[in-house]
Amino acid sequence: MTEVVATNETILVVGGGISGLTAAIEAAETGKQVVLVEKRPYLGGRVTQLYKYFPKLCFPTCGLEINQRRARQNPNITVLTLAEVTDISGDKGNYKATVRISPRYVNDNCTACGDCAKAVEAEFDDEYNYGLSRRKGAYLPYRMAQPSRYVLDPRIIGTPDADKAKAACKVDAIDLDMQPQDLSFPCGAVIWATGWQPYDAARIQPYGYDRFPNVITSVEFERMADPNGPYAGRIVRPSDGREAKKVAFIQCAGSRDRNHLLHCSRICCMASLKQATYVSDAYKDAADVTVYYIDLRAIDRFEDFYNKVRAIPQVKYVKSKPASIVADKDGNPVVHGVDTEGYNRYAERFDLVVLAIGMEPAVPKDGFPVPIVVNREGFIEAAPENGGIFAAGGASDALDVNRAVQHATGAALRAIQVVNSVRGMEV
Amino acid sequence: MGDLNQAMIEKYRTNFLKEVEANVEEGEWVKMCMQCGVCSGSCPLGKFWDHPPQELFMMIRAGKRDEVLSSDSMWMCTSCYNCVVRCPRELPITHIMHGLAHYAKRLGLVPESQPTAAFAQMFWDNLMQKGRVNELKLGLKLYFMNGFGDGIKVALKHQKIGMGMLKTGRMSPMEAFGGHAVKDLKGFQSMIKKAQELEDQRIAEHGA
Ligand SMILES: Cc1cc2nc3c(=O)[nH]c(=O)nc-3n(C[C@H](O)[C@H](O)[C@H](O)COP(=O)(O)OP(=O)(O)OC[C@H]3O[C@@H](n4cnc5c(N)ncnc54)[C@H](O)[C@@H]3O)c2cc1C
Repeated sequence: MTEVVATNETILVVGGGISGLTAAIEAAETGKQVVLVEKRPYLGGRVTQLYKYFPKLCFPTCGLEINQRRARQNPNITVLTLAEVTDISGDKGNYKATVRISPRYVNDNCTACGDCAKAVEAEFDDEYNYGLSRRKGAYLPYRMAQPSRYVLDPRIIGTPDADKAKAACKVDAIDLDMQPQDLSFPCGAVIWATGWQPYDAARIQPYGYDRFPNVITSVEFERMADPNGPYAGRIVRPSDGREAKKVAFIQCAGSRDRNHLLHCSRICCMASLKQATYVSDAYKDAADVTVYYIDLRAIDRFEDFYNKVRAIPQVKYVKSKPASIVADKDGNPVVHGVDTEGYNRYAERFDLVVLAIGMEPAVPKDGFPVPIVVNREGFIEAAPENGGIFAAGGASDALDVNRAVQHATGAALRAIQVVNSVRGMEV
Repeated sequence: MGDLNQAMIEKYRTNFLKEVEANVEEGEWVKMCMQCGVCSGSCPLGKFWDHPPQELFMMIRAGKRDEVLSSDSMWMCTSCYNCVVRCPRELPITHIMHGLAHYAKRLGLVPESQPTAAFAQMFWDNLMQKGRVNELKLGLKLYFMNGFGDGIKVALKHQKIGMGMLKTGRMSPMEAFGGHAVKDLKGFQSMIKKAQELEDQRIAEHGA
């Protein structure tokens, strides 16, 4: 049984992505007690699913590793994974939170040896790879998962596979009798860092994401480009596995569109420029990339990155939001539209089309367990009515990592101010 | 009508966008266009337009009054609404196209022998006679719009449909002689007259 020691000076952080992790660490390193609640079986959130970071094109793993270590080594942080907040009552400085922890069926004896996965036969879509590959019913969510502990998929519980997993484990780490657990504890302030999710691409009907296998989203493309991902880092066509050298990126797929998301998702232009380098790195002179855009938004110092990618001769830019995608008889996606520099009508055939999919809040407007003020787009507002509840990172807006982390640090400071006032430490 | 055109040129001299906003149905939406091009790419007849909607909107903002109002383009709109459904800014593009066409007509700037405009006039004249559309007459007139030989050809092509409609009582050959009117033709005519007066009054106020 998991236990949490907390008081109304404790800070509850909901969501263990880069923002929640940052807020938790920053608060804990000032000496505050923090409970970090993460829905997934591991920490890190969506940046764990990125191949490289713009603008430096470095690997997210390195920053993550540092933060994971900081979190692990800090005795002030209690991490609850596979956990969700089901209720928050009370007021600023004096909340009571209820958290439901789903069973992992694996205890901390686990050495992540992988014997259970070998024994189990059932396979499921791998959510870490956005369903581009399959994983076993006993699995480590990804290579660097923290905690580094296997998980049994609840769908194998009660099947012979569960017994096989248990029998294969040499360290007695598998506990098939684990039950969901509800925990209640006090806290003084809450940081809501539940992040974002990709907009449902299938709803952009004219782009045929649900009809054409060679039309994918930008989040899937990150997994594709990752050498540890479902395609071993090869840029290919999902339909036939052939090399995808001629690639289109379509900006504002869902964003800035009153039929879909009202807001600009801000990072997609940068993400596509970054992803264009994945293609030009892979195929050099044979790469043939087209970025379709309404306008390219590279803010602040990102302008430098934009100029860098602009200098790659294999990457072309067409000022136009494509009207539709159809497939030709060989299954190649053909992008149709009219450009804005000359009003030329085009119908361009590609190997692969990547939709720069918009970011929407992971928690829907009515999905919070406590009244919380959100804006028109569903992102959390910095409203006084929210009392001691503060948003951090992607839950507050579509942000890149740099801005998400800065925002999370600000949220930590807000929360610290609240719990200090509980203690009577405010000046 | 040429006078109205002159009056409008005087009034809005430097600002065609303002003129469109004030006089064209849904014209106040034009400035909302962000030039993404989805409308143009979504138009099933787009390749036949000299200037797709997105370009028309830009031309309006650029003050290209003559080019826009005497253009054939907005007359090409068939009201399929594909553009309206897809426009990321929810512009009522179809309505703006009809609004532009209507305004050009009011000003007497429709290109000569523009077929959509010609048919619209034909439809109107037909309707005004009896207060209802005489489909037989309208149909025949449409067939012969492009000359006698062409008309015969089209008529022969549609012979079967015509016979079918005759048989099922959907079309009476007697309609070719006069044709029947609405119950209260006088009332209909005075209603139209009144509407025309109101419209003229409105235009006079705007155009002054
Ligand atoms: C295609 C693409 C490429 C990108 N590339 C870059 C890049 O190169 N550089 C860059 O700076 N940024 C990039 N970004 C942006 C980056 O992904 C975000 O800035 C970052 O993920 C924000 O982190 P976060 O912690 O706020 O949210 P998230 O990463 O979404 O983390 C939120 C966490 O909260 C958890 N959670 C959600 N709901 C609940 C709940 N109800 N209870 C408990 N936990 C919950 C989630 O499981 C998750 O772990 C990219 C985005 C996209 C779409």
